[in-house]
Amino acid sequence: MILKIDNVTKNFGGVTAINETSFGVSPKEIFGLIGPNGAGKTTMFNIITGNYEPTLGEVYFHNESLTGLKPHQIVRKGIARTFQNIRLFSSMSVLENVLIGFDFQARYGFLESILRFPRFIGEEKRIKARSMEILDYFDIAGFAHDKAVDLSYGQQRKVEIARALATNPDLLLLDEPAAGMNPFETEELGEIIKKARDDFDLTVLLIEHDMKFVNQLCDKVLVLDYGKTIFEGKPSDAIKDQEVISAYLGDFHND
Amino acid sequence: MDITIFMQQMINGFSLGSMYALIAIGYTMVYGVLRLINFAHGDIMMVGGFLGYFGIAILGLPFAAAVLLAVVGSALLGMLSDRVAYRPLRNAPKISLLITAIGVSFFLENAFNVFFGGVPRAFPVPTYLEEIIDFHGLTMPVSALLVPIVTAMLLAIILWVLFKTKYGMAIRALAFDVGTVNLMGIDANRIITMVFGIGSALAAVGGIFWAVNYPSVEPMMGVLVGLKAFAAAVVGGIGSVGGAVLGGLIIGFTEVVVIAFFPELGGYKDAFAFIFLILILLFKPTGILGIDFEKSRF
Amino acid sequence: MQLTFSKQHGINSAIVIIAIWFIWFASGHFDEYTVRILNNIAIFIILAASYNLINGVTGQFSLEPNGFVAIGAYVTALLLVSPDAKMYQYAIVDPYPFVLTLHANFFTALILGGIFSAFLAFCLSLPVFRVRGDYLAIVTLGFGFIIKILAINNPEVTNGSLGLNDIPEFSNLYWTGGIAIIAVIVILNIVNSKFGRAMKAVRDDEDAAIAMGVNTFKAKTLAFCTSAFFEGIGGGLLAALLTSISPDLFDFFFTFQLLIIIVLGGLGSTTGAIIGTVLVVGGSEWMRFLDEPITLFGHTTAAMPGMRMVVFSLALIFIMLFAREGIMGKRELKELFKSRKKGGK
Repeated sequence: MILKIDNVTKNFGGVTAINETSFGVSPKEIFGLIGPNGAGKTTMFNIITGNYEPTLGEVYFHNESLTGLKPHQIVRKGIARTFQNIRLFSSMSVLENVLIGFDFQARYGFLESILRFPRFIGEEKRIKARSMEILDYFDIAGFAHDKAVDLSYGQQRKVEIARALATNPDLLLLDEPAAGMNPFETEELGEIIKKARDDFDLTVLLIEHDMKFVNQLCDKVLVLDYGKTIFEGKPSDAIKDQEVISAYLGDFHND
Repeated sequence: MDITIFMQQMINGFSLGSMYALIAIGYTMVYGVLRLINFAHGDIMMVGGFLGYFGIAILGLPFAAAVLLAVVGSALLGMLSDRVAYRPLRNAPKISLLITAIGVSFFLENAFNVFFGGVPRAFPVPTYLEEIIDFHGLTMPVSALLVPIVTAMLLAIILWVLFKTKYGMAIRALAFDVGTVNLMGIDANRIITMVFGIGSALAAVGGIFWAVNYPSVEPMMGVLVGLKAFAAAVVGGIGSVGGAVLGGLIIGFTEVVVIAFFPELGGYKDAFAFIFLILILLFKPTGILGIDFEKSRF
Repeated sequence: MQLTFSKQHGINSAIVIIAIWFIWFASGHFDEYTVRILNNIAIFIILAASYNLINGVTGQFSLEPNGFVAIGAYVTALLLVSPDAKMYQYAIVDPYPFVLTLHANFFTALILGGIFSAFLAFCLSLPVFRVRGDYLAIVTLGFGFIIKILAINNPEVTNGSLGLNDIPEFSNLYWTGGIAIIAVIVILNIVNSKFGRAMKAVRDDEDAAIAMGVNTFKAKTLAFCTSAFFEGIGGGLLAALLTSISPDLFDFFFTFQLLIIIVLGGLGSTTGAIIGTVLVVGGSEWMRFLDEPITLFGHTTAAMPGMRMVVFSLALIFIMLFAREGIMGKRELKELFKSRKKGGK
């Protein structure tokens, strides 16, 4: 197991957002976290990334507890994320957006950057080259020097994933990656995620509403409802599960 | 220590703390709905003091009428500042809003300085407020007693508005999520302007009390008081009205009591609030009764 | 089209050479009044560029300059005033013996002033940046007051409200202009490194920055301490330019002026900070007439000291409401070259 959620509960005031949930994600798996709105999916993401501390229970990554780590430290351990509503750095170019992901891996100090030491110049060159490689991988190298927010929605989503990959993660968390995309873009995105999983040795945990997308992509799904696990297994079985259907009714009809 | 002197200091502390509390409520409510530190709030209090002064000294109004003039005038000014300077920036980066608030603050201070001069003007305190009450050797002017009583009454009214009326519910809802409030069919902008009005009215009362106590008004009188009142709001827990009152009382008491026991620290009186602010940020950033506004909203 | 690395280098070097030539030329040819204004402009460029680092580049609203400038000025003054001059100056109480023995050359005094400011900035960072930074403005505003209170209440060190006099007039255009050039280069080098990118990321979207592994506490603290360091040095230069300092010199108006400068120039742009400085410091000289009696249609109004500040505050509100980007927006000089080339196609 690369990621293990061990009996996690999260209370906000009197409301229980997640209730004694446990699951594990195996290396190189594409794992879907699904469930109706307010089921606690995003809260689970925020617990894994360290933005919330669980009220009870623990999260293990590579068999190591994440309790007490700050969010940026968890990123450096190898967990990267994207946001539901794309959040690129609006004043920066596409290249700079990706460079940010590499920055904690660049080996130069404050004084070295002020005095423009050779190591600064070498390291900047190295991370710029690696950023361009990633951009090239996603077919957006041509936009490297454009403002990231000037790109189309689908391309912005690619920049966001490229940026997350720049942090060199083992586990990638995607928060509704297909939201707001048309069917073609969605299908392309599915292919990209699968390909990236193989090429970058990734494990992927994603939240998604689009059941077709989940079916096409995920090896395994976990269905949450009111903070409780109601199903864990193959996506094709999930659709047939009676409890899932009744919890999820509205969303199935939409597809 | 003599019990009479001790009681005397307690009353002084209570009185000073109540003034901070009145001003802190405005900070805390505006922060609650806009996440804005309204730097101009202390200056609204100064304007309140000046309006009271004009009412009595120039228009010849009785004290109560002058207070009413100050309260209404300041509330209107507070609402105007929101309408003109802050509302156009609702969707702008927060730093723009803060810079504008500093601009409004500096404008009020300097406009009053230019037009009315920087020299403190003696505030015409009605004689019945200056009368000394003697209670078993415990002496105090009527005004020192009046401040906590009026503050308690105003606090009761504010809490009633917040928790028992539909406007109050809208204000509290706004503190959590602007979008939802708009969805509920409430005009968030109107509620925010109303909060500015309420806060400014309370600040005007605070300003009049300040002017009665010291007894003078001058354009810069709101700067330090405003800073301390904001510290009080943070100490008590920003976003919480009860917290603002508690914080105000804590800082007021500290100033009075510490100076009573250690007169040599007199020069540092104005620094206590700041030290409290730093300590609370270090050890309990949400304040004593605070709500956690820090939670990032994804 | 992206400027090539060497071309950009060439432009930057040319600007530095022109600036050095101008300092040399102005020192020899301009009259005393003009040189004095140029000294002011150079010092304010240091202050504005560093103030912009925390406010504009990192997006953390801070009101610190007057406090740190005061620290730098006092540290430098205490190290520069000779023991003899100190002996007869301390009129309120006798100075502590160690105050008399403090002495250093100008360069060391400036650096120590900067380091002391940066150290205090670090101490303030701990409580303030633990939370999201909302309180930075109020804490730094309060800090300015505290510094003043400390300066007034410790006459054994600072000579209280009388301040320090007879500071040797070491500042000249070579010092002020030279340090301004160095400060701008250092700040631009920070901005164009991973540290600057982290600062900008914090400004653009703090949550996203954290998700990229950025240590936002460190980014904010670095920006704040760097600002304080240069503000301390600027304060030292100012003390050695004015030759006398007192607590009243470093009131909030000082900070307010710098705020106007960086807002006018464009928050986040170092080029803008420089342009803003020239306009505001120059304009401030020109606007002196506002504070004096004005004759209109045969009537002469009374002198209105402080009218300039009213104009300044209205200008600030106006820029925020109607021209939030200021002159440069977040752009730097090199991007202006870029956009001009684009337009030429």
